[in-house]
This record gives sequence, structure tokens and C-alpha cells, in this order.
Amino acid sequence: MSEKTTVDARGLSCPGPAVAAKKAIKAQGNGLVEVLVDSGTAKDNITRIAEGDGWKVTVEEIGGGGQKLLLEK
Amino acid sequence: MSPIKSFFSSRWGPIITGLVVGILAPLLVKLGNPGNMGICVACFTRDVAGALGLHRAGVVQYIRPEIIGFVLGALLASLVTREFKPRTGSSPLLRFFLGMFAMIGALVFLGCPWRAYLRLSGGDWNAIPGIAGLFVGIVIGVLFLRAGFSLGRNRPAPRALGWWMPLVMIVFLGLLLFAPQFGRDAEGAATGPIFFSEKGPGAMHAPLLVALGVGLLIGVLAQRSRFCTVGAVRDLVLMRDAHLFWGIVAVIVGATITNLLLGQFRPGFADQPVAHTNMLWNFGGMVLAGLAFTLAGGCPGRQLFLSGEGDADAALFVLGMLGGAFVSHTYSAASSPAGVGAFGPIMVIVGLVFCAVVGLTMRERTDL
Repeated sequence: MSEKTTVDARGLSCPGPAVAAKKAIKAQGNGLVEVLVDSGTAKDNITRIAEGDGWKVTVEEIGGGGQKLLLEK
Repeated sequence: MSPIKSFFSSRWGPIITGLVVGILAPLLVKLGNPGNMGICVACFTRDVAGALGLHRAGVVQYIRPEIIGFVLGALLASLVTREFKPRTGSSPLLRFFLGMFAMIGALVFLGCPWRAYLRLSGGDWNAIPGIAGLFVGIVIGVLFLRAGFSLGRNRPAPRALGWWMPLVMIVFLGLLLFAPQFGRDAEGAATGPIFFSEKGPGAMHAPLLVALGVGLLIGVLAQRSRFCTVGAVRDLVLMRDAHLFWGIVAVIVGATITNLLLGQFRPGFADQPVAHTNMLWNFGGMVLAGLAFTLAGGCPGRQLFLSGEGDADAALFVLGMLGGAFVSHTYSAASSPAGVGAFGPIMVIVGLVFCAVVGLTMRERTDL
């Protein structure tokens, strides 16, 4: 499956970003999920949860101090 | 990612932070802080409020260097790691009120979640209904989160905004060092605008530089590891994620062992330091605190660390806690070792109603 979901978790306080990312990876099962974050906490939490679930995580810097997390499975 | 950065985001981050808190808090008691109150974010913020004259409960007035250290430590860590990101705009007004009611609940129990775990580790079994209440409050908060509760998104703010809360802490440090006495009481003796307790818990404190150093160290560690005593339980219930939970296990293990070694472990219900034995309101106060902290996204320590990284909404929560100290001690809502205050229970109920209304009515806007 080569579906792609994008989740914009920027500006959400805890546990918003992690919950939104978890929901997306659960709904999609595999493929590519893109999560936009703007805090180190959100990046750490989503990386940990996704990797724990067998997803590969790569981080890309985007403008405005934010990051795009690419989750692949 | 540097090895240090990845170490703190690993499972060891919260555990190391928790162990440091667990070991240093009883040592601060040994060095002069009140019993089982090596660190209590709520009590210490209440003491700061008293020192500023926001309440006149004479036994709980002192500018606690630990609080200053928490914010400045988190500031330093976030500057070094480029995580200093000023932001605001996620319902600051409601965060103020949540901070206020969290404080009111915590002062009915006599401690924030940090102190609840530390009281347990000192053998104060009155902490058990408090911790039970805390967990119930957090679970209620999780139910609101599951139903779609959100205080809305914050937005990046000008860099200057993020410096205001650290600046406030530097002013507090100055007031602590110089304690200006410009006023005169009825007998003509110097008094105010800064008040320090001459007896009671407010007069008990570890040496200033030690307390400040411990605060700075914990501020740095907690900023890196995202240590949170409320998120610990929330994430476990909401996402089956025990990452932060091991942090509070580490606090309890570290503090219990340290208390045993220092001869500070005194098991029982009666005559515990700065505590009362009313099970119902030890429980009820912490239901309110746990719920308010969960709706605001983190424990009071976490709110201080976030305000150090530039989160002006978390800073509003902290100011709300100062407001809560004013309400609690001005309108007889705070407990004391003698028991629950006259208006403590009713204020807890008002707070629970407030939190329920906020939990049910606040949703992220999707029409923008």
C-alpha cells in the first residue's frame, strides 16, 4: 500500500501530537505517514512510539523551527 | 543526534531525572527544607506567593530558590539544544484558571504530585489517598482528552516573549537576596514588601546556593528528558506508554532508599510533617489537582520547565498557581496540619465543576 497521510501536530500541547500520530499510524497500518511537529517533546514522543510499533523514522527540518517526521513501514 | 541528546530521549532520561529528584529531595530536607518537602512545586510556589505578600499566612512565606532554578535550568538547556521556542496563544486565560484550581486542590492535600510521591517515600501513608485521587483526576482528564478536549494550538511568538518568565525569576532571585523592607508595621518596625517566615515551614530551608544548584540541575535534566509526574500516568492510561512512568517509579525508589539511609523514613498516618489525616479530602484535593494538571498538559514542575523554554501559556499556568495560593490562604481553603480548611471542600467542588465545563466545552477549531 503506498498511501500517505499527513498529520499537522504543530502547536498542540501534550499529549496532542503523540495521540494524533498514534491514531494515524494505527489507521493506516503501513506505508508512509508524515507528521509535522514544532517541539522537541513532540518529536521525541512520536519517534519513540512509532519506532516501538516497527516504523522507521526520519527527521527533516522545515521552516519556522519545525520538523517533518517521515514514518515508514 | 549527539549521544547526550539521544541518551536523554531514551528510556533512561526520565529514570535518571527521577533518581536525581528522589535522592536530592530528601537531602534538601536534611539540609533544612521542611519534612517530606525536599521539593514541592505547589508548596514552594505558595511560599513565593506569601513572600510577595499575595497572602499573609505568616508561616509559609519564602522565595524558594528551587523554583527559580527549575525555570533557569530549563532555559539554559533549551538554549544550548536550540529548543528555546517562544510560543503562546493556546487559551492562556483558561490555563491561568487551571493553574489556580490545581493549586487550590494541591493545598487541600498539602502537596503537588512531586510531594505526594516524596511523602509516600518518607512513610507518610496519608499520601496514599492523595496519590489515588491524583490517578483518578488524571483518568478523568484522559476521558476528556479521548472525547476531543483541546485548549487549541499555540503559535510561534517573537523571541523576546520567551525571556519574560526567566526575567521574572531573576527578579525573584534579586528579591530573595536583598529582601527589601520599605514598609513599617504598627510598631514602626520594618516590614514588606517582601515577607519571609520567622517560624513554620516557610522558615525552614536548605542553604540558598545548594537549593538553587539543585533547582538548576533538575531544570536541565527535566527539560532534556521531558520529566512529568502527571504525563507519566496520563500516557500510561491513554497510550499504554510507560516511558515517563518509570520516572516516578525512580523518584519513589530513590527517595525511599535515601530516606532510609538518612533516618528520615517514619511510617504511619499520625504526626507526619506538614500533613493532615483527612482521607476524603486528601483524595478529593488531588482529584482536582490531577484533573487540572491533565487538562493543562502537565504537572506543575513541567509547567515551570516549559515556561523556561519560552512557553508563555505554561507561564500563565504558573501565575495562576500564584493566584491559587492567594485564594487558598486568603479564603481559608488551604489545609494545615490541624486539618482541612473551612472552605477547602467547597472550593474543590467549585474547581471540579470548572474543570468539567472546560473539559466539555473546549475543542480545537477546525473551521479556520
